[in-house]
Amino acid sequence: MTTITEAAIEADPIVPIIRITRDFAATPEQVFRAHTDPALFTQWVGPNGMVTTIDHWDARSGGSWRYTAQHGDGSDGMQFAFRGCFHEVRTDRIVQTFTWEGQPDRVALETLSLEDLGDGRTRLHVQSLCDSFEDRDAWLRSGMEVGVNDGYAKLDELLARGRI
Amino acid sequence: MMTDQLSKVFAAIADPTRRDMLARLAVGDATVGELAAPYDVSLQAVSKHLKVLEQAGLVTRGRQAQRRPVHLEAEVFDLMTKWIERYRRQAEERYRRLDAVLAAMHQSDTTSEKPQSTAQEGTAS
Repeated sequence: MTTITEAAIEADPIVPIIRITRDFAATPEQVFRAHTDPALFTQWVGPNGMVTTIDHWDARSGGSWRYTAQHGDGSDGMQFAFRGCFHEVRTDRIVQTFTWEGQPDRVALETLSLEDLGDGRTRLHVQSLCDSFEDRDAWLRSGMEVGVNDGYAKLDELLARGRI
Repeated sequence: MMTDQLSKVFAAIADPTRRDMLARLAVGDATVGELAAPYDVSLQAVSKHLKVLEQAGLVTRGRQAQRRPVHLEAEVFDLMTKWIERYRRQAEERYRRLDAVLAAMHQSDTTSEKPQSTAQEGTAS
């Protein structure tokens, strides 16, 4: 079996789904813990340069969560709050809702599956089902709002030329 | 404003017939008749699909009066690939941080200590 060392992504053309797959040099139990223990989760969830603060966290079936992400001390006013419900929390599977409070009507359903590859390796599958293509595409585009990138410059250029 | 335009692009490629048409246009320009040939649908239905693609900026129509060949705007396609790649890179950045957390967990797990969690505010319960 080949190793997926870099995150692989798929934007489904038929349904508004984003799928991400990534392998980790850790057991499924460790990957599960890194997703459910808030002290571990906040260390990696990001985005880059953002500090995540847990407001509420009850990682069990029927529980819920809320956290905020901000730059440094938040003095620049850039703060984003996210929340959702843990529908099901199992050692091999986490199903949860996910919403950015800035757009509370856009609720995504996330399914994480942990596939045991043996030898202390785990393949993580993340599926995000959005409630519309518009919503899905807004998530895909949201990456462009963080930092500088050539795609953004290219988009500006295309828009300026009236191409799209 | 931008959002509406970009959503049109994604909505346009959400349809399998339109994706198929785009794939064929990637090979070269084609007339409406040529595009319609492989499908069991009316020219009218194909024109409808073309209109959606045109409004999304994915294709343009030539000016030759009779043929008006359909042309694929490849750079709009490239742009979408870039958005997805950017999103993927963000996920990869996140998972590299997770790699580091897992490595630290692995170390403390083997020395049977609690995983080290750096100071994080909040009332995690």
